[in-house]
Amino acid sequence: MTTYSYFPGCSLEKMALSYHQSAMETTQALGVELQEIEDWNCCGSTSYFHVDELLAYTLVSRNLAMAEKSGHDLVAPCSACYKNAYFANAELKKDQDLADHINYALEQDNLKYSGSIEVKHLMEVYVEDVGFEDLHNKVTHPLEGLRVAPYYGCQIVRPRKDHEDVENPRFFEDLMTAIGADPIDYGHRLRCCGGSLLITSRPAAFQLIMELLQSAQNGQADVIATSCPMCQINLECYQTQINQEFGTDFKIPILFFTQLIGLALGLPPKKLGFGSEFVSADRIKTFAKEPA
Amino acid sequence: MVTKPSFSEEVSNLMHASHGNPLKTCIQCGTCSGTCPVAEFMDHTPRRLIGMINANLKEEVMQSNTFWYCASCFYCTVRCPSEIDIAGLMYALKRYSIWKHQYSEEAIGPVFSETFVKSILRSGRSYEPVLAPSYIFSYGVREFLNEAHTATNLMLKGRLPVLPARIKRLENFKKVANRIIPMGGA
Repeated sequence: MTTYSYFPGCSLEKMALSYHQSAMETTQALGVELQEIEDWNCCGSTSYFHVDELLAYTLVSRNLAMAEKSGHDLVAPCSACYKNAYFANAELKKDQDLADHINYALEQDNLKYSGSIEVKHLMEVYVEDVGFEDLHNKVTHPLEGLRVAPYYGCQIVRPRKDHEDVENPRFFEDLMTAIGADPIDYGHRLRCCGGSLLITSRPAAFQLIMELLQSAQNGQADVIATSCPMCQINLECYQTQINQEFGTDFKIPILFFTQLIGLALGLPPKKLGFGSEFVSADRIKTFAKEPA
Repeated sequence: MVTKPSFSEEVSNLMHASHGNPLKTCIQCGTCSGTCPVAEFMDHTPRRLIGMINANLKEEVMQSNTFWYCASCFYCTVRCPSEIDIAGLMYALKRYSIWKHQYSEEAIGPVFSETFVKSILRSGRSYEPVLAPSYIFSYGVREFLNEAHTATNLMLKGRLPVLPARIKRLENFKKVANRIIPMGGA
């Protein structure tokens, strides 16, 4: 069994609880164990890096050090947490001075990070560790006929890490195909949802959200699948306000990719966190059927 | 003899892991501006801003709203043919403006970022209810009521915490932070 140190991040405690629940349920069903890091702290989001970079790296390192202690690679479901952990990890491995400086601070919590672990986004667990073929073989309720708009957002693919294809990634589409769904092509799949501009520059964020929903709607999507709690909240919870503002009539359910995988594995929707939507997802659940 | 660094050098020194001055390699092609999803809201596009930095127009750059509109989507960074980390540049300018207290009064970004950091240093985790509503006031009563409506819905659906989460070893956590930035008893 593959085991990971799991860093849920602040959003998954409440706002995006359904992401946490469906991640735990589906990984368990697929033979992957997520062990939550004991006493993890906030990764600093983007705001920390606006104020002080060294402090931001330090706070991320505390989580890395605790993960290392348990001996497993770190997995983060939130794209912003993932990006912060990934790049802090890469910098610490490269820059001994930085690592020494940060370890001096971490002594205060009896921790030390020696740079021996890797950082992954939760989606990589399904794509790489489980794999499309194995996942496909475990599907009991294929989501046939469900038109899914796979929404990558930003920080799961950007900035570039190794040699990944940042202009035309396909892993999200392939993941949706593996569970029997029909991924649609639409122009905004890699475009920003507005992120924290929702708070600091609302008109700009609303414009981005509106364009994204419009793009998915033009592609006749039944649902948008996301891999980031911030994207989920921006796209779902503000649809009413967007409709007021732009005179549109969006009613597109926004679900986490793990919730769709869970449906395809035949897991009960309640265990996957269904029931706390702003935009009803009842119709989506009906696609999960045992083949006749 | 010591010469005063140019504004362009000053800013590039604040860009993490940059060697030399990457801003000087800008060819003004505009790929960043064409890629940026929020360029239409900025007073100066990213391409223009880099040109202004290199032309030493410090005051105009610091008064610009450009970097506070950057949503950290990193599209410009991955597309720049000169491989300039443009989103990283926007972060550097944000830090510079907070550090020097040089930002326009109506900017919400700096205040939000600082409040966010302080709130994390208090509890170890972020707590949305204290963050979002306080800034929505700046958008007027209608927007505030809308936001309150959204928050109430989140609460009803069990998606907003009633109390802030706290980490267990909070005292140690604060001591760790203090070794990096002494905060006078924070």
